[in-house]
Amino acid sequence: MADEITLIACHDCDLLHRVRPLPKNAKARCNRCGAVLYRNVNETVDRSLACALTGLILLVIANLSPFLSLESQGSVLETTLITGAMELAKQSMAGVAVLVLLTSMLVPGILLMALVYVLLPLKRGICLPKSHRMFRLALLLRPWSMTEVFFLGILVSVVKLSKMATILPGTALFSFLCLVLLLAAVNTFLEPKTVWERMRP
Amino acid sequence: MTAALVPKPRTAKQAGLFNCHACNLLVGPAPSTSQGVVRCPRCGERLHLRKPNCIQRTWALVIAALIFYVPANVLPVTLTTYVGSTQTDTIMSGVMYFMQTGSWGIALIIFVASIVVPLAKLIILCGLLVSIRRRSHWRPSERTRLYRITELIGRWSMLDVFVVTVLVALVRLGYLTTIEAGPGVVYFAAVVIITMFAAMTFDPRLIWDAMENEDERIDE
Repeated sequence: MADEITLIACHDCDLLHRVRPLPKNAKARCNRCGAVLYRNVNETVDRSLACALTGLILLVIANLSPFLSLESQGSVLETTLITGAMELAKQSMAGVAVLVLLTSMLVPGILLMALVYVLLPLKRGICLPKSHRMFRLALLLRPWSMTEVFFLGILVSVVKLSKMATILPGTALFSFLCLVLLLAAVNTFLEPKTVWERMRP
Repeated sequence: MTAALVPKPRTAKQAGLFNCHACNLLVGPAPSTSQGVVRCPRCGERLHLRKPNCIQRTWALVIAALIFYVPANVLPVTLTTYVGSTQTDTIMSGVMYFMQTGSWGIALIIFVASIVVPLAKLIILCGLLVSIRRRSHWRPSERTRLYRITELIGRWSMLDVFVVTVLVALVRLGYLTTIEAGPGVVYFAAVVIITMFAAMTFDPRLIWDAMENEDERIDE
């Protein structure tokens, strides 16, 4: 077993490599296909945890505050982040509504909560029950969290409507933008290999 | 920097080691449990030498996505009603609208995200599947890189679904103009989801397997 711990296989081409310690902020790439095998991220647990906690707070703010309001012919229409999904559900598009809610809100929320559940105790060397399953879930959910795509969608639709009405941004828009940036930061700071090794079996 | 290479055997499969999909732990030849399921001792994920039935599953998902791609582009994604008259818009007519109003950047973003990306993804996956079938030796690292790109860009196709969601939220019933989501959105969302699953089911290690063992069956 001692032999296997020091080996790593490339997830894209299966080539075996010996694990060597890396200098700070360096990446080890596969010799054959160039995939990133592992990285040495400085303070990966602390940094990812900080971003995940902030992200959760921003997600709550984004859902409680006004998002965009549309001013046209003297009347003002206010919306929240979930108005779009609600309207889709009313127009018998429940499937699409659920998909939008999942990818823009629920998946990022569950992902961040799972990360906090794993990383917060891990800071003190504690591994809560089901931590391994939670971390696996967080990694599995990563591609389904699409807040940055949603944000681009907001920008495109605002440009589209700007010719016919005045659109006023609300607090939720700014907190959502910060959430997008924080989720990107979590992806940069989180090095799964380090976290797996620090979690006790 | 590149990691140190290990002399023969060169791949985990040749050494009889399972590479855990979830946590990348190398697990030695473990005794399988009564149900024939081998699980990772660290994270509990099911272990396979290669993703199971990868070729068949990926083909099935690619073909399903290609079928949905047609209604996604032909059917309207938005129905705009202005003082009684209704205008339907497909994804392409949305792109044309931005071009005509001079927003070239946005027209390009939507065109690439909604039309080019899903089609390119499907073509790349088909090409990779055919190349494995033909045991191609042609540029394996470039083919692996193509796969990594398809995995990364797929999510951006959701752009149009989100645009419709925000439009529907902002332009609601009771005002002079209303926007409703059209049936195209459903098919479009289906294309995005199915192509994402197709990319996840595909196992790029088969590109390399096909070059190594000439007489062995590829699909594990």
